[in-house]
Amino acid sequence: MSGQPTLSGNRGLQIEEKLIFEMDNPGSVAVDLPEPGPIDLDRMGGVARRGRIGLPDLSEPQVVRHFTRLSQKNYGIDSGFYPLGSCTMKHNPRLSEKMARLPGLADLHPLQPQKTVQGALEVIDSLAFWLKELTGLPAIAMSPAAGAHGEWCGLMAIRAAHEDRGEGHRRRMLVPESAHGTNPASAAMCGFTVDPIPAKDNGRVDLDAMKAKLGPDVAGLMLTNPNTCGLFESEIIEIAAAIHGAGGYFYCDGANFNAIVGRVRVADLGIDCMHINLHKTFSTPHGGGGPGAGPTVLSAALAPYAPVPYVVHGPQGLELVEGAREGAKPFGRVKGFHGQFGVFVRALAYIASMGADGLRQASGDAVLNANYLQASLSDALTASFDGPCMHEALFDDRFLKDTGVTTLDFAKALIDEGYHPMTMYFPLVVHGALLMEPTETESRETLDQFIAVVKGLAGRAKAGAAEDFKAAPRLTPRRRLDETLAARAPVLRWKAST
Amino acid sequence: MSDTRFTKDHEWISVAGDIGTIGISDHAQHALGDIVFVELPEIGRHLAQGAEAAVVESVKAASEVYSPASGEVIAINQAIADQPGLVNEGAEGAAWFFKIRLSDPAELAGLMDRATYDGYLKTLE
Amino acid sequence: MRYLPLTESDRRAMLDVIGAKDVDELFRDVPAAARLAEALPLPRHQGEMEVERAFTRMAHKNLSAGCAPFFIGAGVYRHHIPASLDQLLLRGEFLTAYTPYQPEVSQGTLQALFQFQTQVAMITGMDVANASMYDGATAAAEAAIMACRVTKRNRVILSGTLHPHYVETTETSLRYTEMTAEALPPDPLGFEDLLGRIDAATACVVVQNPGFFGGVKDLRPLAAACHGAGALLVVMVAEPTSLGLFDSPGAMGADIVVAEGQSLGIGMNFGGPGLGLFATRDKFVRQMPGRLAGQTVDVDGKRGWVLTLSTREQHIRREKATSNICTNSGLCALAFSIHLTLLGETGYARLAELNHAAAVRLEGKLKAVKGLRVLAGSYYNEFAVHLGDDVDAAQVVDALADRGILGGVPASRFWPSWPELRPVLILAATETNTEADMDSLVSALKEVLS
Repeated sequence: MSGQPTLSGNRGLQIEEKLIFEMDNPGSVAVDLPEPGPIDLDRMGGVARRGRIGLPDLSEPQVVRHFTRLSQKNYGIDSGFYPLGSCTMKHNPRLSEKMARLPGLADLHPLQPQKTVQGALEVIDSLAFWLKELTGLPAIAMSPAAGAHGEWCGLMAIRAAHEDRGEGHRRRMLVPESAHGTNPASAAMCGFTVDPIPAKDNGRVDLDAMKAKLGPDVAGLMLTNPNTCGLFESEIIEIAAAIHGAGGYFYCDGANFNAIVGRVRVADLGIDCMHINLHKTFSTPHGGGGPGAGPTVLSAALAPYAPVPYVVHGPQGLELVEGAREGAKPFGRVKGFHGQFGVFVRALAYIASMGADGLRQASGDAVLNANYLQASLSDALTASFDGPCMHEALFDDRFLKDTGVTTLDFAKALIDEGYHPMTMYFPLVVHGALLMEPTETESRETLDQFIAVVKGLAGRAKAGAAEDFKAAPRLTPRRRLDETLAARAPVLRWKAST
Repeated sequence: MSDTRFTKDHEWISVAGDIGTIGISDHAQHALGDIVFVELPEIGRHLAQGAEAAVVESVKAASEVYSPASGEVIAINQAIADQPGLVNEGAEGAAWFFKIRLSDPAELAGLMDRATYDGYLKTLE
Repeated sequence: MRYLPLTESDRRAMLDVIGAKDVDELFRDVPAAARLAEALPLPRHQGEMEVERAFTRMAHKNLSAGCAPFFIGAGVYRHHIPASLDQLLLRGEFLTAYTPYQPEVSQGTLQALFQFQTQVAMITGMDVANASMYDGATAAAEAAIMACRVTKRNRVILSGTLHPHYVETTETSLRYTEMTAEALPPDPLGFEDLLGRIDAATACVVVQNPGFFGGVKDLRPLAAACHGAGALLVVMVAEPTSLGLFDSPGAMGADIVVAEGQSLGIGMNFGGPGLGLFATRDKFVRQMPGRLAGQTVDVDGKRGWVLTLSTREQHIRREKATSNICTNSGLCALAFSIHLTLLGETGYARLAELNHAAAVRLEGKLKAVKGLRVLAGSYYNEFAVHLGDDVDAAQVVDALADRGILGGVPASRFWPSWPELRPVLILAATETNTEADMDSLVSALKEVLS
């Protein structure tokens, strides 16, 4: 009976939903607006619109139901366990949402006179204070909008510092092969060439190979720490000394700062700058792809080059510096206005809730949870590296050898079991990678259930159930989608004729 | 295609007179998977040996196609730009990418013949 | 601690499974010299009540827009946001989802993005739009870079109508590349000659419409001049509600349209997060930055959506990617799309009329202020005014704030070293402004200027 098609095409709570453009009911309104006063055609530059745009008309109940139904086709952290490695999918506190909606913080214009926004500047200044204290670095650029944007900001500061010292010829940036794709892409946008450095068998940077690449044209090193394999770079102090000895700067990709916050200050590792993904470490929602925020901490050597704007303490209270100022040599501006303020409020509310003690407990629990997964699954799967991991556990696909099941199939089978898949095929340095990041906000019970499911699936794969895996997922609103078709004949918008 | 020669980047070139026909190897199309997009060079462009000449993409990978030899582009295979899937079907035959008028045929001596290329592929496994 | 489920006994049991003495042992790869023995000497954790108290205190130090007659625009606009929008945005399945890389469990986000892309393409008059950039400023910079990629030229002309933050962000983005930006001086009167500057080396002209000082222009002659020289026309729309009333940039010949989407569905939030809109012609789609949702079918033949054309992006193309962008403004794109869905064709046009009518009304009332003259001959919901040769607009704004009125932005905030801009004030009026607001502004201006 369960397989019999329904008359509507719906299946219980899985309800088919058309595009809004297919629901157009001209004349319907979802917003009651007053009659406009006189329009002055003389004031419209001769370009008043003629003709329709083609937007659909719907009523409020239809719109609310439409987007509610769409939401039900999504999996979020609120829905269940989301062990997506390198993405830090942890609980998003609703207090942070509530604080971000206080009218005194949300209903503010960025260009109000500064005396009318002292509380907002206090939010920025307080968050900056915490981020500097937690990293041990003395300066910060608050405005970058996301992690990759923070990378670019840090590398721009490095480039500006070299130029200022007459060393603009330093154009080679060392980047480990295992880096996120954003690292080489950000380096290229600053005019650097990317020189890859290899990893050792233990998943860490090959220090000797890195030293061999040093030279007078080296601008710096970009290193994710803990790295993309979920491992702490144990020789990081030597790495920092080597890059500094060669006249370069040390950029740390702070995507994995959540593993060490409150336990290590990156300044003590010799790092010159690092971006911080507020949407990861400080638990602001990912929102289906953003917005994030990527404030970037800077060492004293890089501080003068920080972009505008920034907040300083002045005689009349907090001041926002938006242009040139004595002693500063900003490399420019990275976005409009003053940064992702709405994200700042949420991150600061999270930090205030957790406190120094809670942040330290969170990184400890994140690492504990990941090691618990690694230890509990090491019989059933194949861990890529020995020894403790940090906040994420990395496995490869050796356990699937000769089963006919791929990493992708395995992940899709997890969907039918009610989980979001782990990260697959990243980092590239491991074959068929499965990268699991449980985060500190998962209970032991959740982890135990997940462990049992993963073990069960591994057993089935080894028992020859490849066909079942290939057919997964079966229970989702849509099953595997044809990505080749999507790319060969792109349909990127709805059109009236289709 | 006994006169076909290969590069370490998995391009092939087949020469008739002073015209070289260039494509990607069967190994390369297989490694990429379903090809979804091909970008071809402009006719008349002069390519140095090893220059980026074309792009071939699958859903999850993109790869540059480098010219195995120097010369001027005199023809492109519009069919594979229109139907990129053809590359999966006939990479070393009908799905050639472009033709050049060789400016330095001596360069070909540095490329691999079929047997050498097959041996090279074994070292990559 | 309320966000951490593990108890001490959980931790003990888990450490036993791992075979570690304590959690510190798991950090043994960290050099001992850099390991902190205990929590930093900073405030400890707090309950919800304490946090709410602290944030309410900070919020009360601000004069929020809802508590004052409010006339500020200049790139961020105050509009009414329907109540249902925020409720939908707070649905956890939207709010707490990641980027939709796993399409089977992300059809909601993907369909929403596909609809968003369609709406953006429709209002801009373009073929295709991406799934968002960070904000208007970064979208402008990315458009300039894309135009260089498309034309294989390196010179970018930035109009004096472009928001100064967009100019600065674009200049910064090009600073250490082969590309160069020629930024024209601020153009409050709409007199600049762009046509005479376009030559065979020009990759694109970036122009804002309505301009930063409010002026609205027919861009067709500029488009023709660009195309005649083999350059692209990039049009920035800082106030996207305006497209409900005016010809779209696409209809006027734009090749790339970028916009700041904050006006629709997104609060002001002290300037961030915003929403970068990015639209172009079909033929340039593979040169576009950012994510794209595309339509396809699943193994059962049912229509569905995936992220597509990803080979343009950093996670595949690395240093050769069209941009380094990864995280974008997903939830803001959803908010924009919900607002535009609620408005529909009818409501969108009505909203734009209301905004224009508000500005017309404000202009009329300002005639009563002696010495003040409106600079723009055409406008949407914002215009620059000249307050008189000896008047410092910044001081006027300051004095208005002392009277509880948020009365526009002085041009000198952006160009402190341009004396001729000292008397220039930029005023915006939207559907949120009442007659009483306008009367308060006018009488306060009279008082301050007398």
